[in-house]
Amino acid sequence: MSKVNALLQDTLDWVDARFPLTANWKAHLSEYYAPKNFNFWYFFGSLAILVLVIQIVTGIFLVMHFKPDASLNASGVPVAFASVEYIMRDVPWGWLIRYMHSTGASAFFIVVYMHMFRGLIYGSYRKPRELIWIFGMMIFLCLMAEAFFGYLLPWGQMSYWGAQVIVNLFSAIPFIGPDLSLWLRGDFVVGDSTLNRFFSFHVIAVPLVLLGLVAAHIIALHEVGSNNPDGVEIKKKKDANGIPLDGIPFHPYYSVKDIVGVVVFLMVFSVIVFFMPEFGGYFLEYNNFFPADPLVTPPHIAPVWYFTPYYSILRAVTYPLFGLDAKFWGVVAMGASTVIIAFLPWLDRSPVKSIRYRGPLFKGFLVAFLISFFILGYLGMLGPTPGRTLVSQICSVIYFAFFLLMPIYTSLDKCQPEPDRVTK
Amino acid sequence: MKKFLTALLFAPILAFASGAELHLDTAPDRANDIPALQRGAQVFVNYCLNCHSASYMRYNRLQDIGLTDAQIKDNLLFTADKIGEPMRISMQRNDAKSWFGAAPPDLTVIARARASEFGSGADWLYTYLRGFYRDEARPTGWNNTVFANVGMPHVLWELQGDQIMGDDHKLTLAKPGKLSAAEYDQMVGDLVGFLKYIGEPMSEFRKRLGVIVLIALGIIFVFAYALKREYWKDIH
Repeated sequence: MSKVNALLQDTLDWVDARFPLTANWKAHLSEYYAPKNFNFWYFFGSLAILVLVIQIVTGIFLVMHFKPDASLNASGVPVAFASVEYIMRDVPWGWLIRYMHSTGASAFFIVVYMHMFRGLIYGSYRKPRELIWIFGMMIFLCLMAEAFFGYLLPWGQMSYWGAQVIVNLFSAIPFIGPDLSLWLRGDFVVGDSTLNRFFSFHVIAVPLVLLGLVAAHIIALHEVGSNNPDGVEIKKKKDANGIPLDGIPFHPYYSVKDIVGVVVFLMVFSVIVFFMPEFGGYFLEYNNFFPADPLVTPPHIAPVWYFTPYYSILRAVTYPLFGLDAKFWGVVAMGASTVIIAFLPWLDRSPVKSIRYRGPLFKGFLVAFLISFFILGYLGMLGPTPGRTLVSQICSVIYFAFFLLMPIYTSLDKCQPEPDRVTK
Repeated sequence: MKKFLTALLFAPILAFASGAELHLDTAPDRANDIPALQRGAQVFVNYCLNCHSASYMRYNRLQDIGLTDAQIKDNLLFTADKIGEPMRISMQRNDAKSWFGAAPPDLTVIARARASEFGSGADWLYTYLRGFYRDEARPTGWNNTVFANVGMPHVLWELQGDQIMGDDHKLTLAKPGKLSAAEYDQMVGDLVGFLKYIGEPMSEFRKRLGVIVLIALGIIFVFAYALKREYWKDIH
């Protein structure tokens, strides 16, 4: 046995002399000290990596059988649409791989929204973690692009008309708009060239950027260390060896804890994949089981649930301004609603990070923001009526007020003092 | 602040009070009723599979509903030569377009596509196939309660008979067909059950497998949680 150990040690030494394997293992796992008081909200970072892996692995196998081809087959069905049904029926376990990918798309957004909410309530975006937050926001934008490109691929009615609506939004930009949307589509209508380029973006371009950003997000995190539910810096109190008193090595403590989170997540994920893969029409829209038909516009075009809050903000803008029509300002508002989140590190002036020690003003604004976010999301699934437009306008104002008024209400708020060390 | 939040909470209810309603009858459940699914396959092949294809569905897949290859060959295989071929039709799409105004859609996943907030796709099909009535204003002489100005004539007419729409917007059977009203509903139930089956042939297997996967994950959870407890007992 000792001979085997010696051989393993020699091999490791050989590698370490050429590649910092042990050093990296220590820096990122066995000697990365994380605060010991992580709670429920801290599962979603590792779960986001899990879902990313699920999406990449299932995606690799889907690409083996999917055909990005908008031409009609002998039965009058677009080849792309038929190839998805081929995967569902004729590819062994294809249905499972496809449902994991379609459920994974929604799961990704659920997990990432929870992860972002964690950052919001515990102030994880505050100094010195601004870059982690910005990389995270870039990941979120990439994820939205990835989901949008991917949604066209099954080439159903909602795929087709959803892409049509979103690409047409770019035509609202003054001067360059019409040419820009033509350039994006590669055709005068959403067609085969659009399908092929969206396929290319979905399987190569965006995942590459996404992986790079995830690496940057984690490297930045491990440089400054993790925040925690108390929002206090564990690096301020260290023992004689320079190890934070409230820190524990990520491995094995958080690796074994995250395994529990992974198993629970997989149980919820499996309930959806095996018992309700359409999730009541929210994860797989019913209308998308009709093949794309450029001649039949559906009466009601709704984006998938994870885009609906921003879609509502887009539709809430109904006034033209400075000689530019309302659609353009809607696009601006929709873009601003996602980009503004990246500015949180500089909008927040509170002396404390965590919601545990914040005052009533922040809590009130946060609750109003959450309620309006959910209402906007709900309204985005429905067709517009004058009443709904009014509600979405009110909610959009609250959404932006949460961010734009933050420098004022966080400086006025009555906060409690932070503890020196983390609490249980 | 509180009043404002309450107003926000109730705002959606006020905003969403309106909206068109579509009343659908509930289709009978035929998911595990093998004889009914086989009868549905027979009706589908005899009445639908002349104009409508089910082109993602292979004939030999019907082994799922308890049929042998020989039974499929002898009773159902009219539009193909080989048992492994998909359920296609020989009608040309261009002809169909000039005859009906639109080429009849492929029906493989129709039961999934027709689902909505008003009911399942099976409910829609069950109501639709029982909702044809005489309308001399239409080129085919038929109209439908859930699909207004539908292009398809009432193909099951000889079985159901002629329904007419009264001034009270209720359907009455003016001339009975070969089947009684109850028998017709049963037959449509079988057909819709079959359409639901071909929409997702693996759905029953999927649910059975799901139970096993969840039990396995439950067992893994016990060990994962015990492992976490063991490691974390020193952390205070």
